[in-house]
Amino acid sequence: MEYTLLILLLPLATFLFLGLVGMKLSERTAGIVGTLSLGLAAVLSYVAAWQFFSAPRVEGIHPPVVAWNFEWLRFTDQLHIDLGILLDPISVMMLVVITTVSLMVHLYSFGYMKGERGFQRYYAFLSLFSFSMLGLVVATNIFQTYIFWELVGVSSYLLIGFYYTKPEAVAASKKAFIVTRFADLGFLIGILLLSYFAGTFSFETLTSGNASVFAGAAGRTFLGCSVMSWATALIFMGCAGKSAMFPLHIWLPDAMEGPTPVSALIHAATMVVAGVYLVARLFPLYYFETPEVLVFIAVVGAVTSLYAAVVACVQTDIKRVLAFSTISQIGFMMVALGVSGMEGHDGLGYMASMFHLFTHAMFKALLFLGAGAIIHAVHSNEMSRMGGLRKKMPVTHITFLIACLAISGIPPFSGFFSKDEILAAAFAFSPWMGWTMSVIAGITAFYMFRLYYNIFWAVPAEQEHEPHEAPGSMTVPLVILAAITCVAGFIPFGHFVSATGAVLPIHIDWRVAGLSVLIACLAIALATCFYRKGTNSLPDRLEATFPRLHRAAYRRFYIDEAYLFVTRRIIFGGICSGLAWFDRHVIDGAMNGLAWLTGRASMAIRGLQSGQVQQYAYVFLLGTLVLTVWLILM
Amino acid sequence: MEIKMEYYLVISTIMLFAGIYGFITRRNLLAVLISVELMLNSVDINFVVFNRFLFPGEMEGFFFALFAIGVSAAETAVAIAIIINIYRNIRDIQVRHLDRMKH
Repeated sequence: MEYTLLILLLPLATFLFLGLVGMKLSERTAGIVGTLSLGLAAVLSYVAAWQFFSAPRVEGIHPPVVAWNFEWLRFTDQLHIDLGILLDPISVMMLVVITTVSLMVHLYSFGYMKGERGFQRYYAFLSLFSFSMLGLVVATNIFQTYIFWELVGVSSYLLIGFYYTKPEAVAASKKAFIVTRFADLGFLIGILLLSYFAGTFSFETLTSGNASVFAGAAGRTFLGCSVMSWATALIFMGCAGKSAMFPLHIWLPDAMEGPTPVSALIHAATMVVAGVYLVARLFPLYYFETPEVLVFIAVVGAVTSLYAAVVACVQTDIKRVLAFSTISQIGFMMVALGVSGMEGHDGLGYMASMFHLFTHAMFKALLFLGAGAIIHAVHSNEMSRMGGLRKKMPVTHITFLIACLAISGIPPFSGFFSKDEILAAAFAFSPWMGWTMSVIAGITAFYMFRLYYNIFWAVPAEQEHEPHEAPGSMTVPLVILAAITCVAGFIPFGHFVSATGAVLPIHIDWRVAGLSVLIACLAIALATCFYRKGTNSLPDRLEATFPRLHRAAYRRFYIDEAYLFVTRRIIFGGICSGLAWFDRHVIDGAMNGLAWLTGRASMAIRGLQSGQVQQYAYVFLLGTLVLTVWLILM
Repeated sequence: MEIKMEYYLVISTIMLFAGIYGFITRRNLLAVLISVELMLNSVDINFVVFNRFLFPGEMEGFFFALFAIGVSAAETAVAIAIIINIYRNIRDIQVRHLDRMKH
């Protein structure tokens, strides 16, 4: 299956081509080149998926295929960094997700970015991102993952800062880069620890479940935790940064400053799930070596999910609501991985997490693209500038409603199936976790329908231009994604992806499913009652009753302020200003003092160089005489 | 009367110190140059004398003296060329006034 290499090389070639000569092409040509090459990559991905899953099972699993491998850097005989393509169920699934969403975004951007300055640059960056993300998911070893991990970080930075004349966009891109880079520091240390003890970077060895690989780390502890726990927890720190887990989530809401299709591709469907993907990739390692870290992951996921869901309820910028909903849904995926087991039905969480990743990518991309169409029509991100758009934008309205129903977990849309599996896995882990996640699912339904009603129902806002439906290039991707959202739930996902690779049939547990649907319906009913007409004063009265809670939630519980306090007051103001004083006065002072001393000494003896040759000769003669006398007397 | 080696050495020493004295005190560049020649010649005398009295039958001293005479002729030619150029530039060959090189 060597042709899978083309899936990576096509976007890379497109990036180089558009990056180098893009400005000489017309916008249309540049867009068509980018879209065609991505379309070809998508077709190749589908072929690869078909070929991979139609191949006969060996001992009940689809055997992983290394389609291509190349030794890039050799340290010792065992320890070398390879670059390669690993095809296994989750990487093939990710290839399909990434190329599909990316293709939709490429198509959609034709309409959305029309006439923007830097249209060609935009397509070049999209190709770079697609290349990096595809390289990340097919990595054969953890170091290759790290390389592409940084590459997606760079392309995300470039795309968030696409409107580089806007100060907010520049600040947001810097914030995203710095926060994820900080998390990647942990990731790198984790990789180094892991490879130091295992002597390899290869996923095949790391996830073999063979404890003897890590025999060297046995009994070693640091601050009361074993070295293996540190290594896997630090790797999870990198995942938390990329996947916007609490408390490293602060960059994602700000990243919404980028163009909306970029938010759909990078900050909803693909890049932000890289952390989930990596935990899934290393799942046997977590499960067999450090189960306590897995519990930690579940707790972090649940906390993040709850936090983001609460914050999403009060945001007024529609893209921010979607950003927090993304954080919350990724929290669901992390919880599912954290509570998962390995064999048989215990491995439900793993499968559910990947299933939710798949369905979420589709409906969240749909939500973002729909939001883009709305923003395109009303020229604002604020809910208060919308309302009553359902008649004016019928296609956007229907597709958005489908996505809202899917994320709320209403059958038969895809989100119902995946979320139900996650809830079942959480209940199997502990009732507490199950109930918490069910409540969060209810809050999800509430804020999604608050968003929906505020945009499409409620009281229409005054518009300078009459809003109109988006052009065909924007509505076609919406319809395609909506169609996928309608049918994706019926995919027998357990046949393709599971923790061990063996078939895991999905049974809908109607007690859990019924409960979650009931909660979702109640939440939707509540949202309908609150927001449908837009005249119900209950939300405002609630806000007036709990002003501090509302304010805290609106300001995202002051997490950003806490970060600013720590960085600006403590690190910059306290530690760094002291160091700067030391540098300026002690180190620079010593150097300046030396220079001053040399200068003064030179001034004192400059008279010796008179330019009078005969004087020099005289001094020379005297010196010679003194030497001679001294030699004679000796 | 036999001429002893010391007589020659006394002569050459006087020449050397006369040259040094001239080098330090004369104001005219040409006079300074002549003083340098005086010193060189005193050294030549020493070469020849040491060869004649201490190593009779050897030839190194004589040849070294000839060599030094050749070199000093070349050096004089260069020095005079420099002096002429200095004169052309600043219309002066007083040593005291030639202090521009210190800058």
